[in-house]
Amino acid sequence: MLADKDRIFTNLYGYQSFGLKAAKARGDWDGTKAILEKGADWIVNEMKASGLRGRGGAGFPTGLKWSFMPKESDGRPQYLVVNADEGEPGTCKDREIIRHDPHKLIEGCLVAGFAMRACAAYIYIRGEFVQEADVLETAISEAYADGLIGDDACGTGYKFDVYVHRGAGAYICGEETALIESLEGKKGQPRMKPPFPANVGLYGCPTTVNNVESIAVAPTILRRGGAWFAGIGRENNTGTKLFCISGHVNNPCNVEEEMGIPLRELIETHAGGVRGGWDNLLAVIPGGSSVHLLPKKICDAVCMDYDSLKAEGSGLGTAAVIVMDKSTDIVRAIARLSAFYHHESCGQCTPCREGTGWMSRVMQRLVTGEAEMAEIDMLLDVTKKVEGHTICALGDAAAWPIQGLLRHFRPEVERRIMDYKSRNAA
Amino acid sequence: MNISVRNAEKFEFTPENLEWAQGQFAKYPDNRRQSAVMPLLTRAQEQNNGWVSVPVMEYIADMLDMPYIRVMEVATFYTMYNLKPVGKHVIEVCTTTPCWLRGSDDVVAACKAELGIGFGETTEDGEFTLLEVECAGACVNAPVIAYRKEYYEDLDGDSTRNFIKAIKSGKVPVSGPQNGRHNSAALGGPTTLKEFCNAAGGQD
Repeated sequence: MLADKDRIFTNLYGYQSFGLKAAKARGDWDGTKAILEKGADWIVNEMKASGLRGRGGAGFPTGLKWSFMPKESDGRPQYLVVNADEGEPGTCKDREIIRHDPHKLIEGCLVAGFAMRACAAYIYIRGEFVQEADVLETAISEAYADGLIGDDACGTGYKFDVYVHRGAGAYICGEETALIESLEGKKGQPRMKPPFPANVGLYGCPTTVNNVESIAVAPTILRRGGAWFAGIGRENNTGTKLFCISGHVNNPCNVEEEMGIPLRELIETHAGGVRGGWDNLLAVIPGGSSVHLLPKKICDAVCMDYDSLKAEGSGLGTAAVIVMDKSTDIVRAIARLSAFYHHESCGQCTPCREGTGWMSRVMQRLVTGEAEMAEIDMLLDVTKKVEGHTICALGDAAAWPIQGLLRHFRPEVERRIMDYKSRNAA
Repeated sequence: MNISVRNAEKFEFTPENLEWAQGQFAKYPDNRRQSAVMPLLTRAQEQNNGWVSVPVMEYIADMLDMPYIRVMEVATFYTMYNLKPVGKHVIEVCTTTPCWLRGSDDVVAACKAELGIGFGETTEDGEFTLLEVECAGACVNAPVIAYRKEYYEDLDGDSTRNFIKAIKSGKVPVSGPQNGRHNSAALGGPTTLKEFCNAAGGQD
């Protein structure tokens, strides 16, 4: 188990105040000026050395992403945009950072923004997080009043602003280009890439979009050194990670743990184990709703990191662990996710707009078994025709849970169809 | 799409909201006022008894120098804008898989029984509207209801009935976990960071 001294989010549960004085007592804003004085290149190199990969789901190396921003300005301002549009089913970690440790995020905005020569950070927070946005605004006001950000951030002469922008209910705005569109006051429909945001992003200016957790861990990494972070976990899967353990466990909770912790250890150490014991486990969705579920036999030994889960045909995603015991109607659990993606499709690309609705309707029938056997393969075929044929990854995200279900639980789906047929024949 | 044009009387911000709107413009570059369309619609909805009417959209469009249709696109795209009148108390129940696994069916049944309405409906006295929402983003505290800017977490049938009864009797229920746990720490106390559980160590 990760030692408390290596935990970054020491106020994860909000036992202490989120305010500036308490945050400083926990080590935030300590020596920020000295970090900035080491220069943008040092910061980027240290982030690269840490091995930090994006915590929003895709796992792209954070330091490398920052290095894509232009080093010489062509006159356009540059922006950091923080993705706090947390809405991936199972995921509730950024909310805890924002409402209990907001100064880690604000300090992270400053160091990241400085490293990519940004003039401002926009934190795009989902509209439902009203209290969380209020806390964040309060913390930002404290940081301005203390001279930590603003015209002379931390006394370095660097001018840096941090703004909060509230969304209004659209999962798709968690996609970085949809988020940028939304921030510009439009419908949140993803843009074609290229051009990538690092060249043409917010207001047509160079922009980097990072997840809340990726930004909030940066100050601690820079204070303790990239080598410290890289020493936790294993190669290419380094550092600590916030895990959200939900579903059929005795004590659902959020916890910061070492990357690569065995799934079983994570659940049994922190969430009080699977309801009814480990042998009562049916399946786990290990990384938020978009990734393939894993049946128990894989859960027995799998480790929670990017490469281990990828090797099992799934993914770490947002590290939201959704646990399902043997009482679960697994087909209905996945059908509900299909309904979610149908609801959240932005409607821009035909395969996704039509496909998510079509897949959801078939999934509803598979719950009761009111279907033909041939429809299983037809459904699988449709998921393949949606996957990879849309502007953004929402189409993929809608396809994968169904593929995961049919890969591991096809006999259950077939059984329901046969049962339905025999019931109606009689 | 079903946009209600009732309540077609003129809409304009109160002086306080107008001043607040000016503060919003300051967040964005001078020629990028359109960025403020979402916060303005949100504030206008609050002022307009919880829904966005066509006059509201037109007012915001004029304020931001946007074509009406562009504001309507935004208002119809995002689910938090209500396009028809809602009750005084809007109860939003999350039913996505993590909440469903923890018993959101019981929460939904309790809401429907206590209020006598289904999803998307408003009680005849105009007091309550019941809405089904997609993932609220508080999954380790599932099942969840959102009400008046707050989350009510770790619900079951009984606590949901108590929650609605409290509102009916004019009270504002205490938000957060309804089963006695502390935020997203495990029930019975966190498994980590025990030395940080002392609130006295972190007072401002």
